[in-house]
Amino acid sequence: MKTDSLQHQIDKLVKRASFSLRPDLMNLLIKAYRSEPVSRAKKALGWIIDNARIAEKENIPICQDTGFPVIFIELGKDIKISADDAKRIEKYLVTSYENNFLRASTLDPITRGAPSYKGLSMHFEFNPALKGVKLTFLLKGFGSENKSQLKMFNPTAKLEEIEEFVLSSVKSAGPEACPPFVVGLGIGGTSNDCLLLAKKALLMPLDKSNPDKTLFKIERSLFKKINSLGIGPMGFGGMHTVLAVRVKKEPTHIAGLPVGVNISCHALRYASIKIFKL
Amino acid sequence: MKFENLKSGEQFFLNDFLYTARDQAHSRLLKLIKAQSSLPIDLSDSIIYYCGPSATPNGRVVGSCGPTTSSRMDMFVEPLLKAGLRIMIGKGRRSKKVRMLIKKYKAIYFIAPAGCGALLSTKIVSKKLICFKDLGPEAIYRLKVKDFPLIVAIDSKGHSIYEDI
Ligand code: SF4
Repeated sequence: MKTDSLQHQIDKLVKRASFSLRPDLMNLLIKAYRSEPVSRAKKALGWIIDNARIAEKENIPICQDTGFPVIFIELGKDIKISADDAKRIEKYLVTSYENNFLRASTLDPITRGAPSYKGLSMHFEFNPALKGVKLTFLLKGFGSENKSQLKMFNPTAKLEEIEEFVLSSVKSAGPEACPPFVVGLGIGGTSNDCLLLAKKALLMPLDKSNPDKTLFKIERSLFKKINSLGIGPMGFGGMHTVLAVRVKKEPTHIAGLPVGVNISCHALRYASIKIFKL
Repeated sequence: MKFENLKSGEQFFLNDFLYTARDQAHSRLLKLIKAQSSLPIDLSDSIIYYCGPSATPNGRVVGSCGPTTSSRMDMFVEPLLKAGLRIMIGKGRRSKKVRMLIKKYKAIYFIAPAGCGALLSTKIVSKKLICFKDLGPEAIYRLKVKDFPLIVAIDSKGHSIYEDI
């Protein structure tokens, strides 16, 4: 495998996303560990941090649920991509899952049968400000994906109602979805758009505040309210139910207000690379 | 294994054998129980760990192997307890029904550090495939564990650290 080949780049991406936590997430976990007053919750955070260090050192997955593969392909202005390229990206991802001993976790939804490495969620978008292509690969674990929620609000709904909806989603996610969470919230578009936005919100940097002032306020308010729910790391109580809340919005229809919630467990695993040739 | 005196919230380090089983394996065990066929494992002497490990890299005993969500197995608990099972390990809350069954059968439910499959893999000494090979990671494996960290979530008196789901 040539080091600049697409296959090699994708393999690097898969390894990075599944064997290590991002520095911005790791920093939030360490900060939470230092300030958590409930001793059992602090122990849980200690386990989570140790786990990430072991995974990175020994090149094994952070979590045995190596997720449903989700890939975002951002196309810059100077790049041409064909259906063949998309097929190659898919093929290399599957190969990389197998070669790196990730878990076979995907199957036919009706017949079920033996789990395989087939199937992925692939999204294309254009970014004229970008040179080359940016690939962002997310391993979405299903303990937390199972807790996703959609609600079509009336256009006259108040912000407090949306907040209530997010709080009830987090409560129902509970200890099963592996808190402390990162909560992604998508507002607007159509039903599927707001859920995709919520997922993309999880990919925003955790060490920078939201550039949109209104969204920043919503994030800050939800962060406080979720952390006073007292679910805590692994459901052991304490101050840290959520590490960050991220919100994205886009225009919607006058008759509606779609809101999607996507919750990530503490193992929020994704990585990005830029490539200039497919 | 003696667990009757353990109280919910207590930490415990397990040195024993576990059988992994999650959704599909449970559903097959249940079919066998219903058909009154013999079971591939002796439940009365077993610890069931809700887990589907990732693939085993060369030179390692096991891949990442943390717990999966227990409540998905709630509907299978009663027949398994009837067949002799007493010890379950997973993550997250259980239904009120399961908590009451745990009390009735003097069983126990532990949780393992959730999302810490890499850490837990270092506590596993051996791994052997027992049955349902075609299910891949969902097959039943026998794991020998050493100092495997657990917390009692529901003790044999039915006291839980969590609210019922
Ligand atoms: S919810 Fe996340 S951390 Fe928990 S088991 Fe699933 S993938 Fe792993």
